[in-house]
Amino acid sequence: MELKTKKRIYPKEDVCIGCHLCEIYCILAHSGTRDLIKAFKKLDKPSPRVLVEEKDGYYITFALQCRHCDDPLCIKACITGAMHRDENTGYIICDEERCVGCWSCILVCPYGAIRRSEDGKAVSKCDLCIEKGNPVCVENCPNEALELKELEDLA
Amino acid sequence: MKTLYESDFIVIRDEIRCIRCKVCVRQCANEVHQYDEEDDRVIAENSRCVGCHRCVTLCPTKAITIIRNPLDFRENYQWTARAIKDIYKQAETGGILLTGMGNDKEYPIYWDRLLINASQVTNPSIDPLREPMELKTFIGRKPEKLEFDNYGRLITEIPPQLELEVPIMFSAMSFGSISINACESLARASVEVGTFWNTGEGGLHKKLYPYKERAIVQCASGRFGVDVEYLNAGSAIEIKIGQGAKPGIGGHLPGEKVGEEVSQTRMIPIGTDAISPAPHHDIYSIEDLRQLIYALKEAVNYKKPVGVKIAAVHNVSAIASGIARAGADYIAIDGFRGGTGAAPTRIRDNVGIPVELALASVDTRLREEGLRNQISLIVGGSIRNSADVIKAIALGADAVYIATSALVALGCHLCQNCHTGKCNWGIATQDPNLVKRLNPDIGAKRASNLLKAWSHEIKEMLGGMGINALESLRGNRLMLRGVGLNEKELEILGIKHAGEGI
Repeated sequence: MELKTKKRIYPKEDVCIGCHLCEIYCILAHSGTRDLIKAFKKLDKPSPRVLVEEKDGYYITFALQCRHCDDPLCIKACITGAMHRDENTGYIICDEERCVGCWSCILVCPYGAIRRSEDGKAVSKCDLCIEKGNPVCVENCPNEALELKELEDLA
Repeated sequence: MKTLYESDFIVIRDEIRCIRCKVCVRQCANEVHQYDEEDDRVIAENSRCVGCHRCVTLCPTKAITIIRNPLDFRENYQWTARAIKDIYKQAETGGILLTGMGNDKEYPIYWDRLLINASQVTNPSIDPLREPMELKTFIGRKPEKLEFDNYGRLITEIPPQLELEVPIMFSAMSFGSISINACESLARASVEVGTFWNTGEGGLHKKLYPYKERAIVQCASGRFGVDVEYLNAGSAIEIKIGQGAKPGIGGHLPGEKVGEEVSQTRMIPIGTDAISPAPHHDIYSIEDLRQLIYALKEAVNYKKPVGVKIAAVHNVSAIASGIARAGADYIAIDGFRGGTGAAPTRIRDNVGIPVELALASVDTRLREEGLRNQISLIVGGSIRNSADVIKAIALGADAVYIATSALVALGCHLCQNCHTGKCNWGIATQDPNLVKRLNPDIGAKRASNLLKAWSHEIKEMLGGMGINALESLRGNRLMLRGVGLNEKELEILGIKHAGEGI
């Protein structure tokens, strides 16, 4: 049976302060450097895979990233097989080498959690910091407004 | 009018470190930082900066630092920069100067002139890690004597008491003056540590009812949020007569801060000014106070202690004696360094007396009159650390109130701009965008950590004195010595000078 991840990052909109630091640390994590200043100076600075949703005049803000759906439309829509479920973790990952930039996944994602990469050649989406252990957005949120939880934890 | 008031602070940005992430732009409620798209750089409007360090703390590359404006005035000993700037402000506004926090002037801090004793050779010190150490404190009237029946069972009826695991409580801060998240943080910390928080004159918000067992509910001159349910919700009732930051004057929560939540909690219409009169209009004497104390006791069926909070003023010991005779279960004395959400600067800085002296003279007076057991003594308004707590207890306090220290634990940076309602730390504000910045999960943890840390330190210091229960230190002024104090000060404090033996 296909391994599905039960891990999700949950935003707590009542304490999200709209600082966008999650986006900033996401850029750093996917930049290939460990230095924020260097990461932001790069011409091919990656785009953030977490987006803070906000609207002028409303005080609710929250950070949204890929929900790693059980039944992901993006995988179904992908024409090259770039969007796939990682065998070991069950996370939904885009193989940027195989992505041809047709944006089908962007069209079908019900959460709007997939974006074009900065260079426009592929899509970039949250990989739950697969190589780092804990997602950096969760680690670096100054107000603990993001939480990584497994579905079972939810009563 | 062209302002003559130059900015208090200057924002220094390291252009190499700044990555234009705009976190500072989004975080500053005073709109100091602005992003200039044309030049792709963040610029600062220094005149709006209050020095609260929100941007400094959140800047991910630590590109920002804030310094005092080094601009030198042609000042002299009499005419300091502050005196000159205050005049500019008033010449431009024609108004009373307002400020937040407590008195910050250079008056003596007696806590720092008191030194604590320790055991050497002739009496053993105690290691609190190996031996039990008791900090439990009871606030309330103590009986004259205890009587037991033939089986050794207590037959004396003990008046209602507050039971504290640590001798430190959070003093009154209303919902309105501080945010709901700040109230919730302190309430949850009180539940966790086993102490009490105080509603202030703001009523008890519905969200805070789960923490009511650990609440002291206040009844002040505006009577906001007071009904029989409220009085019975808390574990004690406090009649607020005065506040250390502004003795003799009332309070004023401007209408713009009275939103739906505040309106419901205070039981007043939305958008109306919440004005607490300077006096209670039904209290013009000790006899009147006694009536209110007993009216409140009656309302709660004599099940809860009723205390009275006063500001430390010149005649404090006689007033305290009157309060004890009026039947109060505790007196809370707020010193002139006590904080506030808003007070006229001149009153904050010039009215009232140091709480150390007030405490010593009240404790002495109550002892002399044989009233000390009838009433507990709580002091607040300047307690910064566990050593201040120990010194207060040794001078005669039963427990202390902390508020500024508690808010600092929650993130307050003492910018003294509480009255503007734009607290960047989500503490002294009702703006929902700013309130969110204080996550009560984090706040409760930080506040309870502070109390736990202090209680560890108190135990260490008690052990050093060879004392294993806080009760043995209470009013034990022999454990204190003064340094650099004159005869009169030593006399009032009831202590000897350092170097004098027993």
